[in-house]
Amino acid sequence: MDILLQQLINGITLGSIYALVALGYTMVYGIVGLINFAHGELVMVGALTALSVIQALMTSGLGLPPAVIVLAGLLVAVPVCMLLAYAMERIAYRPLRGAPRLAPLITAIGVSIVLQNLAMLVWGRSYFSFPGVVNVTTYSVGGAAVTDQQIVIVLLAAALMAGLLVVVHRTRLGLAMRATAENSTVAGLMGVDANRVIVAAFLLGAALAAIAGLMVSAYYGIAHYYMGFMLGLKAFTAAVLGGIGNLAGAMLGGLLLGVIESLGAGYIGDLTGDVLGSNYQDVFAFFVLILVLTIRPSGLLGERISERA
Amino acid sequence: MSRIPGGKRLEWAGIVLIALALAVLPFALAAAFGQTWVRVVNLALLYAMLALGLNIVVGFAGLLDLGYIAFYAVGAYLYALLASPQFGVHLPFWITLPLGFLVAAFFGVLLGAPTLKLRGDYLAIVTLGFGEIIRIFLNNLNAPVNITNGPQGINLVDPLKIGAFSFSTRETLLGVDFTGPQKYYYALLALTLGIIVLNTRLQDSRIGRAWEAIREDEIAARAMGINTRNIKLLAFAMGASFGGLAGGLFASIQGFISPESFSLLESITVLSMVVLGGMGNIAGVILGAVLLTALPEVIRFTVVPAQEAVFGKVIVDPEAIRMLLFGLALILVMLFRPAGLWPATLRKREFAR
Repeated sequence: MDILLQQLINGITLGSIYALVALGYTMVYGIVGLINFAHGELVMVGALTALSVIQALMTSGLGLPPAVIVLAGLLVAVPVCMLLAYAMERIAYRPLRGAPRLAPLITAIGVSIVLQNLAMLVWGRSYFSFPGVVNVTTYSVGGAAVTDQQIVIVLLAAALMAGLLVVVHRTRLGLAMRATAENSTVAGLMGVDANRVIVAAFLLGAALAAIAGLMVSAYYGIAHYYMGFMLGLKAFTAAVLGGIGNLAGAMLGGLLLGVIESLGAGYIGDLTGDVLGSNYQDVFAFFVLILVLTIRPSGLLGERISERA
Repeated sequence: MSRIPGGKRLEWAGIVLIALALAVLPFALAAAFGQTWVRVVNLALLYAMLALGLNIVVGFAGLLDLGYIAFYAVGAYLYALLASPQFGVHLPFWITLPLGFLVAAFFGVLLGAPTLKLRGDYLAIVTLGFGEIIRIFLNNLNAPVNITNGPQGINLVDPLKIGAFSFSTRETLLGVDFTGPQKYYYALLALTLGIIVLNTRLQDSRIGRAWEAIREDEIAARAMGINTRNIKLLAFAMGASFGGLAGGLFASIQGFISPESFSLLESITVLSMVVLGGMGNIAGVILGAVLLTALPEVIRFTVVPAQEAVFGKVIVDPEAIRMLLFGLALILVMLFRPAGLWPATLRKREFAR
């Protein structure tokens, strides 16, 4: 089997999931300048909600086709996550606009802890294995294995990202978002309702997070109340890698991080003469991040923000 | 305070009262609630040291550090490796603790050097990555050569010992019965007070003012002739060194350490203490550390009895409730006091404007 190709395929799959989550971080950051630490928990809630719905429908004996079941899972998970995102924006972030910079960061951490433990109360501590609602077929491409699941994940992620770009660059809402990100005071003077724009960014991010949650739990076949934390961290890393606040940057950063991680996991043993194993996969990701930021302090595609006098 | 007639005397009376309270605290707690609470107070002192160290980086110099616990880990592992059966080395504390202090400072510079150009949130994510890298290495450095013993951690770490006097055993001194945690309490208290004095002196020094200048406006600070590179590195090194010292003490008190104790959540907890207490204000930071250490414990000891009283049995996972309330407390305090419970006067002014 061709290791390089295989790791690239796995990396791109993982990377497109990272990218979807990273977009949520970057949109909120670009508009409000807030690191929404709780964003990863939305992925987790999305995954567990979808999983519960899918499981319920599968055991209900209605005999629905698999595609309908998955779609139903999403149709419940996405609004649930959007509602949560709306609630957290209203309760924990909006009152703190204009407060010292670290205050909303701490509330974000608080929200993250609350969501994680609420999920623990609702779903328990156990690991859920993803129900086999769709049979996964594996194709062989140039010596590497590709599943139809991977193809669906990558294509769906690409479609969602394209859709987001259309929203941001072709609609009035997108215009308002970009204007607020550029300068919220001036945008406000032009009649843009900043609160509406911010809520929109949270909702769009939450929808993407819910879908990414379903993808990642289906891909790995597992979901649990703690899964959002590391995934959120990785996605945030991806957003920073690409240049936070920049949509294309988040996509690039996500894909890059996914590929780096799987290549790292695949080759780290060979590179170091088996001194370091694939359990150093995460080190690889963070090391690349530090390296990139040392050379380009505002990320790959981030604008060089002129230092304010 | 000196403007009040007799204020000086009042101030002294206050200091004497506080000193007395601190001196009898471990015995009062042990008598009222049991030894567990002496351990909680010790933990609070350790966290106070950590929070004071992080306060130098975040509060004084304004550099957001999300990987601070890495220095705690460095100090703890250094102590454990040099005073445990892991390598069969048993060096005394007056070598291991200062060494932990210095090595942690070195790691602080190691983290600081490549991140000098980074600002705000970019710095945050790099420090976070640094913390994770350290943790992952600790977790995996059991192969090919076993250094850290991996996820199992290091056991049987030597307690703090001065000559034949061990801090971990129970014994009667001058007719008073001291337990291990009570003895540690006095050692920790002395060190914490030392760190507090050092911090206060630092804050009012040339260096402290330079940090403040960088925090408020880095460009203006540089224009005023401050060597921002060295001063920033100094902040990282000083902050890290206190973390390293606290780490060594942690290893000696616990007698056991594993990578699990140095997760990102710990970094976040310490940061929460600094921000919630009042960034940049030494008293506020200590308040934050004490409150956030005590709060989860208080909840731990009340959640189960409360549930039993109301429902007759425990129906909701107490651990989940504990963390849930912790998270809610973080949110609520920040919503009602965005600058912290006891903010630095300068920040208060800035905020009132």
